Amino acid sequence: MAMGANKKPAENVKLDRQDPEKVKARLLAKYPPKVARKRAKQIVINKVEPDGKVPVINSNVRTVPGLMGQRGCCYAGCKGVVLGPTRDIINITHGPIGCGYYSWLTRRNQTDPDSTADGHNFMTYCFSTDMQDEEIIFGGEKKLKQAIQEAYDNFKPKAIAVFSTCPVGLIGDDVHAVCREMKAKLGINVFGFSCEGYKGVSQSAGHHIANNGIFKHVVGLDDTIKDGKYRINLLGEYNIGGDAFEIERLFERCGITLVSSYSGNSSIDAFANSHTADLNLIMCHRSINYVAEMMETKFGVPWVKVNFIGAAATAKSLRKIAQYFDEKELTERVEAVIAEEMPAVEAACAEVRPRTEGKRAMLFVGGSRAHHYQELFAELGMKTLSAGYEFGHRDDYEGRKVLPDIKVDADSRNIEELEITPDPERYNPRISDAQKVALEAKGLQFSAYDGMMPEMPEGTMVIDDLSQYETDQLIRIFKPDIFCAGIKEKYTVQKHGIPLKQLHSYDYGGPYAGFKGAVNFYREIDRMVSSRVWQYMRAPWQEHPELSATYAWE
Amino acid sequence: MRKVAIYGKGGIGKSTTTQNTVAGLAEMGKKVMVVGCDPKADSTRLLLGGLAQKTVLDTLREEGEDVELEDVRKEGFGGTMCTESGGPEPGVGCAGRGIITSINLLEQLGAYADSEVLDYVFYDVLGDVVCGGFAMPIREGKAQEIYIVVSGEMMAMYAANNICKGIVKFAEAGGVRLGGLICNSRKVDNEMEMIQALADKLGTQMIHFVPRDNMVQKAEINRKTVIEFEDTHSQAAEYRALAKKIDTNEMRVIPTPLEIEELEKLLIDYGIAA
Repeated sequence: MAMGANKKPAENVKLDRQDPEKVKARLLAKYPPKVARKRAKQIVINKVEPDGKVPVINSNVRTVPGLMGQRGCCYAGCKGVVLGPTRDIINITHGPIGCGYYSWLTRRNQTDPDSTADGHNFMTYCFSTDMQDEEIIFGGEKKLKQAIQEAYDNFKPKAIAVFSTCPVGLIGDDVHAVCREMKAKLGINVFGFSCEGYKGVSQSAGHHIANNGIFKHVVGLDDTIKDGKYRINLLGEYNIGGDAFEIERLFERCGITLVSSYSGNSSIDAFANSHTADLNLIMCHRSINYVAEMMETKFGVPWVKVNFIGAAATAKSLRKIAQYFDEKELTERVEAVIAEEMPAVEAACAEVRPRTEGKRAMLFVGGSRAHHYQELFAELGMKTLSAGYEFGHRDDYEGRKVLPDIKVDADSRNIEELEITPDPERYNPRISDAQKVALEAKGLQFSAYDGMMPEMPEGTMVIDDLSQYETDQLIRIFKPDIFCAGIKEKYTVQKHGIPLKQLHSYDYGGPYAGFKGAVNFYREIDRMVSSRVWQYMRAPWQEHPELSATYAWE
Repeated sequence: MRKVAIYGKGGIGKSTTTQNTVAGLAEMGKKVMVVGCDPKADSTRLLLGGLAQKTVLDTLREEGEDVELEDVRKEGFGGTMCTESGGPEPGVGCAGRGIITSINLLEQLGAYADSEVLDYVFYDVLGDVVCGGFAMPIREGKAQEIYIVVSGEMMAMYAANNICKGIVKFAEAGGVRLGGLICNSRKVDNEMEMIQALADKLGTQMIHFVPRDNMVQKAEINRKTVIEFEDTHSQAAEYRALAKKIDTNEMRVIPTPLEIEELEKLLIDYGIAA
């Protein structure tokens, strides 16, 4: 072993005074060999090479049966996430009542009905065909038609969308034929989604199906170029807890015109017109990049990745927009707004930072939130020990540069991939190749997302599709000061005496985006990590099991 | 009460054979209920004289929860009790789920209760065991004996073998057993020998060889079983013989399905190629 002798022993990177490799081994120790092999590829110790390369992480693969994961289903991704927040489409769940009921506004998407003239808002309603035995046996198309008719008669909406649940796929109801028929009959836009829950490995499949559906049935229906300078779309921002309102406030202050938003505080009219914008901004890359890609191919609208979570990130994103439009007026206004907004943010941060500094967080949520929120924690001086996505793909972890290397498996092939070509009349590249090159030279990257891992320190643990067992182990090993996930994880984590912040629904809080959102988040996290309530988790007799007492006559 | 299910390739003559045999059993004084498990709802036409039977599922649809046994059951030839499960039109819904719902409803309505003093229940099931719904009659001990209608044609034998695989699957949990093969002759060369050999390989018997006779079709056009239409005809005697054999049959086996090569070899040894 002469060669080995020359090798210096690699210096072990420590994570919170632990050896991450040993932690990984501990997470895997209880698994059967085959499961351990699979999970080992999804639990990665981060390492960023000088050229920005990070280790490969296996993701967007099936969850091992028996492991309690965090994921939702395809229907949840399509109806719940992407289409749910649009207020003026009547979203009908075609299926038994549970799917419709339990996906009813649980994400706390907010909307402002006054921002469209007709004031339509159907988000507070729950529409379902309430399939029964009879429809399963004899087919549900008739009842679906009735439901569409009834919804139309009662509300006269501009559009109705139909979402297929699992049994619809099993019995083969042709929801698309029903939608075509009702569209012709009612003269409004009616379109369906084959987003049966069992499709794909997670809700990610549903996002893709939703993107395809909106693009096919809505985008491009209204070519009117409306007033406004610096016309942009904001993609992948769902207005949880009012995030979009705060971002809209900033756009307005900067003089940026928001043509459409996918899909927080959104209207179908804006989707129909969204291809007239001059730039697409992507927040949640995972759930919406397909629409941006298709819009660029068909209409020539370029896209850039932004992040409005974190004050610094917000400022950076606003500057990106200014850089793209490259006009003095906008640049100056953006700088002025940042200058005006930042002092309050910095003051709030300075106030809480003595209590949050050095605290440790873990984030396991979404397809971009686990990345974006690290910004806010960093501003609080907190460390992210471990993070991962529920339904992200390799490009969300490692960056879009790995796209050509992603193996397309059978599960992904099941999801329709639209063939998009430039529109013969309407394709209009918003900037020339030369302009693009010039902007890229100045550091503005187009169609690029570097992913979460290059921004995480070496030695941090990146874990895809975290299981409940691994959650428990991580908490036992690290005892983080805060854990971020969703409602399914909330109470089991809190039983460990660790506060959990829901980053899907924000519990009862928000907004956390933009400058005002950052302030809200600082205060919320300060409240959570400084709370003394968790030390009362153990009853007095658990602390001191032996009671001492004396009898009265003694 | 003996619970019998009849399976076999589509178009092989399951419904015809079932009803003619049931007519034979009824003539012997047996009390028989026939449950048609085919969405086409034509499993009791000959026993009922072509009377349009309101299916269990249609009734359930129209009457809601308030269904009486008498709404879905009609008395046919020789006191046989006839029910049709019914189901969706071709190409929509889920016929399998329909059968499950319908059999459950019949149970709840007491169609199988001791008070009905039934000697036999016959399930006439559509085609092959294609999905959970069509396996319903052999699951959970609903039917205990299966007879497979088969002929000397390759696809019929292939289907019979497949059905045996289904029986094996449910045999341990549900206690279902194969009672035998009924050869409904298509006048294929060496048919009787070949089906006999197939039965041997499957570990069962060819319980009866029903010869081909136009009288069956003639009776059918008149919406009657052969026994009712022309009770002195030789074909009536064949069905009586089959009824008698089933009534006295004590052979119940878990079949041993063949590999496809073995099945093909059987056809080569006995069939057209021989």
